[in-house]
Amino acid sequence: MEPRLTALGLRLEALVGADWVITDPVRLRTYDCDGLTNHRATPGVVVLPDTAEQVAAVVRECAAAGVPYVARGSGTGLSGGALPRTDGVLIVTSRMRRILEIDIPGQRAVVEPGVINLDVTRAVRPYGYYFAPDPSSQQICSVGGNVAENSGGAHCLKYGFTAHHVLACEVVTPDGELAELSADAPGYDLLGVFVGAEGTLGITTKITVRLTRVPETVQTLLAAFDSIEAGGAAVSAIIGAGVVPAAIEMMDALSIEAAEAAVRCEYPPGAGSVLIVELDGPEPEVAAQFADVERLCRDAGAFEIRIAADDEERALIWKGRKSAFAAVGRISPAYLVQDGVIPRTALPQVLARIDALSAESGVRVANVFHAGDGNLHPLVLFDDAEAGAEERAEAVSGAILDLCIEHGGSITGEHGVGVDKSRYMPRMFTETDLDTMQMVRCGFDPAGLCNPGKVFPTPRLCGEVPGVRKGPHPYEGKADLF
Amino acid sequence: MRPLDALAKVCGDVRPGEPAEGVLGVEPALVAAPKNLAEAADVMRVAAEKGLAVVPRGAETRLDWGTPPERCDLLVDTHRLDGLIEHAAGDLVAKAEAGLPMERLGEELAERGQRLALDVPLPGSTVGGTIATGAAGPLRSLYGTPRNLVIGLTIVRADGQVARSGGKVVKNVAGYDLGRLFCGSYGTLGLIVDATFRLHPVPAATAYVTCAVSGPEDAHDAVQTVLHSPVAASAVEYLSPGTVAVFLEGVPDGVAARARQTAELLGENAEVAETAPDGWGRYPDGTTLIDVNAPPPALRDLLTMLGPEAAATWSGSGHGHVGLPAGSSPDDVADVLGRLRDALARHRGGAVVRYAPEEVRGGIDVWGPIPALALMRRVKDQFDPDHRLSPGRFVGGI
Repeated sequence: MEPRLTALGLRLEALVGADWVITDPVRLRTYDCDGLTNHRATPGVVVLPDTAEQVAAVVRECAAAGVPYVARGSGTGLSGGALPRTDGVLIVTSRMRRILEIDIPGQRAVVEPGVINLDVTRAVRPYGYYFAPDPSSQQICSVGGNVAENSGGAHCLKYGFTAHHVLACEVVTPDGELAELSADAPGYDLLGVFVGAEGTLGITTKITVRLTRVPETVQTLLAAFDSIEAGGAAVSAIIGAGVVPAAIEMMDALSIEAAEAAVRCEYPPGAGSVLIVELDGPEPEVAAQFADVERLCRDAGAFEIRIAADDEERALIWKGRKSAFAAVGRISPAYLVQDGVIPRTALPQVLARIDALSAESGVRVANVFHAGDGNLHPLVLFDDAEAGAEERAEAVSGAILDLCIEHGGSITGEHGVGVDKSRYMPRMFTETDLDTMQMVRCGFDPAGLCNPGKVFPTPRLCGEVPGVRKGPHPYEGKADLF
Repeated sequence: MRPLDALAKVCGDVRPGEPAEGVLGVEPALVAAPKNLAEAADVMRVAAEKGLAVVPRGAETRLDWGTPPERCDLLVDTHRLDGLIEHAAGDLVAKAEAGLPMERLGEELAERGQRLALDVPLPGSTVGGTIATGAAGPLRSLYGTPRNLVIGLTIVRADGQVARSGGKVVKNVAGYDLGRLFCGSYGTLGLIVDATFRLHPVPAATAYVTCAVSGPEDAHDAVQTVLHSPVAASAVEYLSPGTVAVFLEGVPDGVAARARQTAELLGENAEVAETAPDGWGRYPDGTTLIDVNAPPPALRDLLTMLGPEAAATWSGSGHGHVGLPAGSSPDDVADVLGRLRDALARHRGGAVVRYAPEEVRGGIDVWGPIPALALMRRVKDQFDPDHRLSPGRFVGGI
């Protein structure tokens, strides 16, 4: 290890205790990637602080030493946002798992960043509340990670993303100071830009989340169609009718085949696509709208509709969808998960183009998507034992992103940019756009030590030496009058 | 070349400012009204070259909010930037220019059964001004404020460069969300030129359920009862001098059933109505307007502190307004403000003065405590290193 890191490791041990600093190369390797396993880097040092003050002290040590650092929650991210630096410190929040406060009358809870997403819901469910963001990894992902990635999930179609459910964050700034960012406090909405900044603006140490009332009722149906086009037409018809479902999910024939092989979800045989539509809310609303949804699906050509009679049947319907990613492993030795977004109305054209891409290249693509908000998760299949196969799959995966951009969409709907997609950012944004975003980063982290190398393909020069400021502050005499 | 001439070369509508156009009393030297993004960028570039302090102006409905600018060399008026650029109804998305009045946007969207789910507390206000002040009304309980509904933003920076963030899809985590940063930034970071919004369908049916309440405890109980019930209200409001009103949206049968259910929850003096009660979605009367926020249960302390006569509204989302009458002395206002802040601080809330007569404004702390002010200054310094964008209009002299 670099002498500089060795010395820093010793100082970190003095701060948090030797048990909570890892420098052993074998143990360090446990942390060499997040959920995006094709990017790996063994961190220089891993530290597991227990309190916000310790996180702040660790960041101050890193800043003083000029060493980069990366925060990590549960390591479930899919864009390499928590990919460590070999020359830096990985700050792991897994000891900070306390739910500090539950305020039902105020419909909020205060949690530490390492708290597991689903544990928030478990803690408040007895009061009739839950934490709405529901990324697929919610059983293991952390709320701090949700904040960094602005996580969504199947139900964000109706309920919005993490940004809409976080009221305030205590953060450790890249100066190593504790600051309170709140959507309601006077001044800039720094919270709004911090959430979803992928850990590049600081580390959150305490999160006030909004709690959502559990809906009175939930209704779920599964509709099977001959083709993907017919399923897409049903989605358009439902949204066009003014229905806002809690979720609309779609799978194509190949992903159904994979799910069948993996979990025997017993979706209707011969389906070219299946749609899962879930409505929730007050009983009389859901009853009326659910009948509309059923009719619209039939009108669009659904040859079979199954309605979940209870939670058990609902779980059965969701089983195939929820297992789809992992299930693809049953029909292909390896695969890439893509995360593009298109305007919902472009769904038929884009899917046809993906089909064509697949046919031209001979690379199979299984389509699973959050159809209601146009968020595609094409799974690009390849055999990693075959020379050049991964490169061909990468090429198809990149071409799908180009399709999304061409149709006015986005290169990522929920997985984030991280290290995986920073090279695609210039296809979606101009140099000036990216430069402007990085002005925020320069404000927070002029030294560029906080999760560097993520989101942006090239760092912006902040035009100011961090640290000591000389001369009077430009606001001196004008500000803090009150 | 004189600034006026330099601006006139790039923008078709440039003239000297008039005394009546003062921003909180600060008269602009020049007024420019660009008609499109290119002109707006050119105007901002010329302003940078000439070192002009720039204050953006929409329909002037909230130009008296905040604190006076230190100087105002150029008002950039957005009234010619008033187009609805795109309404992609199938995608529930619309892109509108900053100067488009909110009501006109609403009318155009309604033609295809859709809406931007933001109230318009001040008639005539524009898209850009609504974003710049983060304005919202009762619907914020369910749909949030501009920060929740802006999905893409085009701005012109202090140096005249055009920058975009977000896009035209709702689900998008590519890059920093500058849209949220610009919401409520009072024209101090850049000129907002257009915005793309997430839309919602116009509900097929709506209803209001109102009920008279007597005193803080009663008001608190009524609001809490509705908040924790399954009726899924789109808004729950307390309106002085003693009404709790619930707004329901949905399908006709659903709304009717839920209205009955809500009325039962609120007790025997609850009434169901098709139209909104007086004062709904408007700021309370008075010449001083104070914006208050705290978790919903703070309502009890708020009303106890204010007393029964005060003009106030409070949303179940934990946000409200207090109006103080004309003739209140600076000391009176400072006293109320101080006690409000004390009461709300117990709930980790706060109070900000939106507008007040000049003699009052000079004698009070408009913003109150500002956490993270040092970070805000650093962000401001990056966007506007010369402090030419609405200088002094915002917190801490920003």
